[in-house]
Amino acid sequence: MRRASQSTKPRNTLPLPRRAGRPADMRVPPVLLLPAIVGLALLVLPMAGLALQAPWSRLPEILTSPEVVTALRLSIVTATTATVVCLAVGVPLAWLLARTSLPGRAVVRGLVTVPLVLPPVIGGVALLVTFGRNGVVGGWLHAAFGVSLPFTTVAVVMAQVFVAMPFLVVAVEGALRTADTRYDDVAATLGASRWTTFRRVTLPGVAPGVVAGAVLCWARALGEFGATVTFAGSFPGTTRTLPLAAYVAIGAGDTDGAIAISLIMIVVAVSVLVLLRDRWVGQA
Amino acid sequence: MSLTASVAVRRGAFRLDVELSVAGGEVVALLGPNGAGKSTLLAVLAGLLRPDEGRIELDGDLVVDTVARVHVPARDRHAGLVLQDYLLFPHMSALENVAFGPRARGVRRGAARDTAARLLDRMGLTEYANRRPRELSGGQQQRVALARALAVEPRLLLLDEPLAALDVGTRPAVRAGLRRHLEAYGGSTIVVTHDPLEALVLGERIIVLEHGQVVQEGPPEHVARHPRTDYVARLVGLNLLRGDASGLRARVGPDAEVVLAHDASGPVHVAFPPAAVTLSLREPAGSARNAWRGTVADVERHGDLVRVTVDGPVPLLADVTPLAVAELSLAPGVDVWAAVKATEITAYPA
Repeated sequence: MRRASQSTKPRNTLPLPRRAGRPADMRVPPVLLLPAIVGLALLVLPMAGLALQAPWSRLPEILTSPEVVTALRLSIVTATTATVVCLAVGVPLAWLLARTSLPGRAVVRGLVTVPLVLPPVIGGVALLVTFGRNGVVGGWLHAAFGVSLPFTTVAVVMAQVFVAMPFLVVAVEGALRTADTRYDDVAATLGASRWTTFRRVTLPGVAPGVVAGAVLCWARALGEFGATVTFAGSFPGTTRTLPLAAYVAIGAGDTDGAIAISLIMIVVAVSVLVLLRDRWVGQA
Repeated sequence: MSLTASVAVRRGAFRLDVELSVAGGEVVALLGPNGAGKSTLLAVLAGLLRPDEGRIELDGDLVVDTVARVHVPARDRHAGLVLQDYLLFPHMSALENVAFGPRARGVRRGAARDTAARLLDRMGLTEYANRRPRELSGGQQQRVALARALAVEPRLLLLDEPLAALDVGTRPAVRAGLRRHLEAYGGSTIVVTHDPLEALVLGERIIVLEHGQVVQEGPPEHVARHPRTDYVARLVGLNLLRGDASGLRARVGPDAEVVLAHDASGPVHVAFPPAAVTLSLREPAGSARNAWRGTVADVERHGDLVRVTVDGPVPLLADVTPLAVAELSLAPGVDVWAAVKATEITAYPA
């Protein structure tokens, strides 16, 4: 009887409505609680360790040392330059992906997101092979203009653009997709060209998305290590950015220096999260 | 300032196939249910959508001809568009919104702002010129949107449900204002609406669109008195039956006849207002020549009247008083007699 009555029910009819939020029963089974605590510890413990080990009294001295100041300045200059480059080419790329129906758009979108999952070192190898003196582009550059890109500050920026641009493109494309295209239609009926419409209507409409993308892009560029060290090397003053300086310091046994630089990076990371909290973690 | 258009658009199973013309200075109300193709037609006229087939002339200029491969894009067509939710640019003030069109057409900033200020003044919005759209009421936003469309001196003005986003309380005043502004504009105007009252008040001529086809066209009074489809009849509050007339009788169903006051013959539309219908529980013995049996299907309040839907050989709508509803215990499922005097019935050739 019971089985028969159950089988007549439509499959997806649950007795309770779907809802969001916390269950009334707050007890958490240990099989879930223990791994959750371990997971949290794996994330938080290293940062706590850093704070505990930090040479707080010597911190001002270390942070104002020539090595750190030079690396910090280089990092800020290169990450900012990389972000400007990403904005200049990434926003039009995102527009193309979101607002046109060019053939092969899906493939292009896939290619744009590859650096998100590619190990940065591989990106550095790719850049080196392409833009090095014996590379396809690099060889021509060297022969025609006598320009050599690897192991220069320009190479640092290129490495950062390579790894950080996908963040900007993905954020801006998402904003463009959700933006109401009827505003563009109205602008067209008022006589605006596509460029005027983009500049005065579309872009201001997606400004929050562009800002969020740019902040993420800048943070990613600032933390870039693998592609930079492969393609640009680690020369103080020209290519040794903060993450490289931290790596060099720890290799040379200067734990205090490495910790100090790490603290800067953590402060930056947390600041980015706070800046973007309304967009990313505000729902928590 | 005139428009002649003949366009066809196919979208899967939906097909829009419309011919229409609007004289210079004329205000045409395009009336139709949701999904009739009204907004699609506006998009085609505005230049935002290419028709599959068609030809559009604006002021004698050919702007669309699918055979000759002519398609003047929206930005060169000079057709003003006001949409239901107005779509004012949210990051610009009211003044900047209105000045946008002239600026985009190359007018210098100062001159564009002067034009915008003048238009806002005409709309009674001078003191709101520096407000952002979100700081304006729905009615004010609508006037800014209208001013923005008029700022480029359009050859054709297209309004898509211009009052639908407003709450019922503010609609009459805004509607009256809109009518004045449309008269002052003087160019050809098409107002899309699904609200018959809006169509009757704003339109000098009504075009009814259903399933992508023009089903009726004419002056508002004519459309109201002689509706050609159920949709129009329901909208303008008339019962509409199709039948075959001979003499004073029209057969409207397998076993349903309507007695007419005037001779008619051949296929006819038979129309009578819901208020002309009397309902009773027993067969009426009065002077009404028409009495049909039926069953109450629905009872719905409309202002101080109650509209009763009666199913039967002659399906109809009846407007009765709440007192009658109480006295006759009218409710879905109750069997009733519906009576209509022949003199209340209009029959016209289908």
